[in-house]
Amino acid sequence: MAVQPAVTTPTVVGVRVPEGGLRQDLRAVKVVWQRELIRFVSDRARIFTALLQPVLFLFVLGTGLSALASGGSGGVNLRTFMFPGVLSMALLFTAAFSAGSIVWDREFGFLREMLVAPVRRGAIVIGKCLGGATVAAGQGVVFLTLAGLVDVPYSPVLMITLVAELLLLAFTLTAFGLMAAARIRSMQSFMAIVQMFLLPMFFLSGALYPLSNLPTWLRALTRIDPLTYAVDPMRRAVFAHLAIPAAAQRLLNPGVTWFGWRVPTLVELGLVLVMGLVMLGIAMAEFSRAE
Amino acid sequence: MTTVGVDASGGAGTPAPPDGGEPVVSVRGLVKRYGDVEAVAGIDFDVMPGETFGFLGPNGAGKSTTINMLCTLVKPSGGSATVASHDVVARRHQVRRNIGLVFQDTTLDSYLTAERNLLFHAELYGVPKAVVGDRIRQVLDMVGLWERRGSLVRTFSGGMQRRLEIARGLLHSPRVLFLDEPTVGLDPQTRSSIWDYINELKRREDITIFLTTHYMDEAEHCDRIAIIDNGRIVVLDSPDVLKASVGKDRVQLHTADDSAAIEALKQRFDIAAAIREGAVTFAVASGEQFVPRLFAELGVPIRSVSVARPSLDDVFMSYTGTTIRDAEASSTDQMRAFVAAFRGRR
Repeated sequence: MAVQPAVTTPTVVGVRVPEGGLRQDLRAVKVVWQRELIRFVSDRARIFTALLQPVLFLFVLGTGLSALASGGSGGVNLRTFMFPGVLSMALLFTAAFSAGSIVWDREFGFLREMLVAPVRRGAIVIGKCLGGATVAAGQGVVFLTLAGLVDVPYSPVLMITLVAELLLLAFTLTAFGLMAAARIRSMQSFMAIVQMFLLPMFFLSGALYPLSNLPTWLRALTRIDPLTYAVDPMRRAVFAHLAIPAAAQRLLNPGVTWFGWRVPTLVELGLVLVMGLVMLGIAMAEFSRAE
Repeated sequence: MTTVGVDASGGAGTPAPPDGGEPVVSVRGLVKRYGDVEAVAGIDFDVMPGETFGFLGPNGAGKSTTINMLCTLVKPSGGSATVASHDVVARRHQVRRNIGLVFQDTTLDSYLTAERNLLFHAELYGVPKAVVGDRIRQVLDMVGLWERRGSLVRTFSGGMQRRLEIARGLLHSPRVLFLDEPTVGLDPQTRSSIWDYINELKRREDITIFLTTHYMDEAEHCDRIAIIDNGRIVVLDSPDVLKASVGKDRVQLHTADDSAAIEALKQRFDIAAAIREGAVTFAVASGEQFVPRLFAELGVPIRSVSVARPSLDDVFMSYTGTTIRDAEASSTDQMRAFVAAFRGRR
């Protein structure tokens, strides 16, 4: 047998980069999405700190206020009432800041690695959006496990409905964050601008109070807040699984009305989806335009 | 593509590139304007397959702008450029498939492991799944990071990060690897080790390298260099030809009385000398033959003498009339003036 020389001659592994196309773009969407998940899972501190705020709202603020509100809540535990609203809050900030990570990526250069790849930039933005949405919805699911503590039943139908609605809301919120991130160069200004939008959105959404018996100006504002149309379906789902007197239902879960017409759940969810798609479209156009 | 008149006085002409078939990079009359400022003012050159081609110039000379245009990241204001036979404006995707990039600033995800960074890149560039594993091992071996593949990138030193970026740039077997200041910000020892890796990859891979640098000693690694100053190519040739074109050796003396020595050089030999790096320094045609005369005729005691062949520093100086350090200082001033003017306009 011939003795092989100790030196191994390197054989270059030939790589042919394929022509671009839909398959290539889908692969890019997937890998960008995957990166968001890896980074989220490896940052356990973030998962728990992001839960702190909604827990404070639900258990501290909710408990403190129930003494005041016991007369007005028709015998329903105030924390049960607040649960869907606080659930939406659990993903509000996570979704927006997951999207904001694209600003970090820009500051730390990684965005460049993505933008010079031979794939459509839209694919990068979609991957980022789906990744942020998954992470935020995951955050919501963690919070959802607390449902039993405030008398919300762990019915499979309810849980599946809520997770689906969480995913939709997370998608739209991430798309909103990406749209904002397209033009913003520094994380500080991103945080400031996003906070400026998120808090009013949260307070106007009816997450913490019922939409009935509001003064006209506040009623009008709640109707133009996109978050209203995501909180209401979740509250409807929760209330459908509770035994609540009709009077309390009318008071606490009146639904969103447009000039006296109660907007059906599917229309509300459709609105949230369309808003998400439009904002994602804007974000994709912005990132594709940039040099 | 609109053709833009090329300022004939701007370039020193394009010397015939070495034989080797079709150029991999071909640039004609390339211009980039930012407002009134011409960052790149009409340049022409060709890079041949397998060549290591260097852009040498001070910061702000237009090197990065040129690289960004060739990499499809910045749109040219005029002229044309092709990379791997694809136009950088009309066929961006095709160009991107054929190039690897290592930027001045790191573009790694420091919260992912080295291997994850490469996997991400492989997916993004559509490297066939069957070869991803082997190829990753190969490029990591080449830069000596295979053992560290599972470590988070943020635990890497600057030199290791740069090596990983080079490995990543090679992962999809590009035809041209662009290295924008590959060793900037690294200590001298790490810089030389990066060059060992670059030379190794040239040996192993069938690749053309296009790099920019403002370090003279690094330009020595190139087959040909273009000296770029104020957005124009001043001269383009191999380092040896460029050094020969300067024609003079650099002589440095330590004497008992430097100012007397300078005076004596002027009086007796008609040579203008000056203190550089703490020594009396001047240039003469053939240094070795001049030294014996110097000892015989200078009249000032000489402690030591050194004669050096012209370096690229001398080349840069003779073509631009300034040292690269001074050029950098003045380009910083220009940049400040530009920024001030820009602010004023708003």
